[in-house]
Amino acid sequence: MKKWLSLSLDIALLAALVAAPLYLSAYHLSLLGRFLAMAILSLGLCLVWGWSGILSLGQGVFWGLGAYILAMHLKLAALAPGDMPDFMMWSGLDHLPGWWTIFRHPAVALLGVLIVPTIAAAGLAWLVFNRRVSGVHFALITQALALAFATLLVSEQAYTGGFNGLTDFTTLFGRYIVDPSFQRSLYWITVVALTAAYLFCRWISHTNFGKILLAIRDGESRTRFLGYNPAGYKMIAFAIGGAFAGISGALYVLHVGVISPAMVGVVPSIEMVVAVAVGGRDSFIGVILGTLLVNFGKDWISSAMPEMWQFGIGLLFILVVTLLPKGLAGIPELRGQIAARFRRSAGAPALEAQTLAITQKN
Amino acid sequence: MQSPLLSVENVTVSFDGFNALDGMSLHLMPTSIRVLIGPNGAGKSTLLDTIIGNVRPASGRVVFKGEDITDLNEYKIVRRGICRKFQAPGTLENLSVEDNLNLAARPRRESWRSFGVGIASQVRARVERVLERTGLKEKRKSLAGQLSHGQKQWLEIGMVVSSDADLLLLDEPAAGMSLDESAQTAELIRSLSSDHSFLVIDHDMTFVEQLDAPVSVMHMGRMLKEGSLNEIQRDPQVISVYLGREKEVAVA
Repeated sequence: MKKWLSLSLDIALLAALVAAPLYLSAYHLSLLGRFLAMAILSLGLCLVWGWSGILSLGQGVFWGLGAYILAMHLKLAALAPGDMPDFMMWSGLDHLPGWWTIFRHPAVALLGVLIVPTIAAAGLAWLVFNRRVSGVHFALITQALALAFATLLVSEQAYTGGFNGLTDFTTLFGRYIVDPSFQRSLYWITVVALTAAYLFCRWISHTNFGKILLAIRDGESRTRFLGYNPAGYKMIAFAIGGAFAGISGALYVLHVGVISPAMVGVVPSIEMVVAVAVGGRDSFIGVILGTLLVNFGKDWISSAMPEMWQFGIGLLFILVVTLLPKGLAGIPELRGQIAARFRRSAGAPALEAQTLAITQKN
Repeated sequence: MQSPLLSVENVTVSFDGFNALDGMSLHLMPTSIRVLIGPNGAGKSTLLDTIIGNVRPASGRVVFKGEDITDLNEYKIVRRGICRKFQAPGTLENLSVEDNLNLAARPRRESWRSFGVGIASQVRARVERVLERTGLKEKRKSLAGQLSHGQKQWLEIGMVVSSDADLLLLDEPAAGMSLDESAQTAELIRSLSSDHSFLVIDHDMTFVEQLDAPVSVMHMGRMLKEGSLNEIQRDPQVISVYLGREKEVAVA
């Protein structure tokens, strides 16, 4: 019964996404595209936070690595041979640094998008989890990392474009980015990438690995005393989260055409976590819906009342944590709980037992 | 002469200057049961903690199957064949009963070898036997968090058993169980002792008697006396340690 419901929800969502170009304006379709790119990051966070119990307040770092690497490639692709990005010349550099030029080759850039965030996430996890640092201490480390990353990007203006970041892209693989047909392909690529990420998560959740992640989340030391080394499992989960974040960032850059330190720092990293909490942190479909809801909400509120968004997201987070600890994905079970509470307060225990029996039968 | 499965040699464990274990020694033969008793604070749980690597001794060593395991990581000690049931319930609440047992029974516990979906047939068979023995067969698909207290105890004993470790450490396995259940637990332990060794902590003398095994009495972090339950109960030193608690020892 439950399986059937979740499968039909999956199919309905996929159908809605595939048909979106038919019923959405070009503007809203481009919004949807970039939010779907964000949903890939949310799936990674779902695995990291919801399944493994690791709260990361620094997902923006891995997202930013993927985004900046692709942006570097786009920047180079927009230059005539022998030229340098304008901000480098203003900052007095006389030649392109080597770690920039390697991303001129599209294959290297794509590989970099995948590998650099993964290795960064795995390295951090390896250092930290082997020392048995976890919980709120880990969350603080990741938040500090997000702050440091954004600060570094601003301060190294000659190499990163500083506060303004990287923009003015023209082509990818020889195709013009502003071209409507490119934007359409980009939307499809994003939908395919998200679907692949979703199926990957579903597969992971059925493997022994997925079950051991849950075991570690619920009882890390118990799992250790069954002969498992939690650090290894958490490192792999965190690396997958990093890879997803990197892919998400690269796609996002293509959708919006700009990347800057303000998009990768502490506040965006927290917004990523809020979106996942709203959706329900251990439900794959829930975090996708939560990401869409929060981001469309952000777009709507900040265009109507630009000052209000920060309050709005704070309020949303408080409401979800207090009223809906399992997020949107928890609503189906919540209905039963509320109904039971109503009946109890109405003083009809017999009826309650009866209904309970019926629901159990179903 | 057969060499011991486990040797705890002159181990001292110190917490802020207080010696929880103070030159403790213990030897355990393969396929045997040993019961560990002693007043609260005698160091029984600390001894299990030391064997399993949860606590590092200041001096002395722990030898298992001829190998010094004193400084190994907990999970590596477990992989060498020691599994422990803790005093506090430690089932994995959001996994089914079956999955709890499967995880405990899997021989391949390295993270990079965990991406399979299936369960090895010998693991499946072992889990099936444990489900049968613990009476949890009907509950195999229930989440562990939904079990009653007694069932959780059984599940946890089942997890330790299905790990197929050579040495099983049980910290108060019969706590909170009815007379019937604890008799069944004793029966289970005895029947498994043809393949495994057990080191069991318990206060319940009825249960200890049912185990029908040699008893070691600890006091102030040291071995006070070893012998049959009968000898122990008559020993004046043991009685004086339990002063005011003779009843506890003499219940049987």
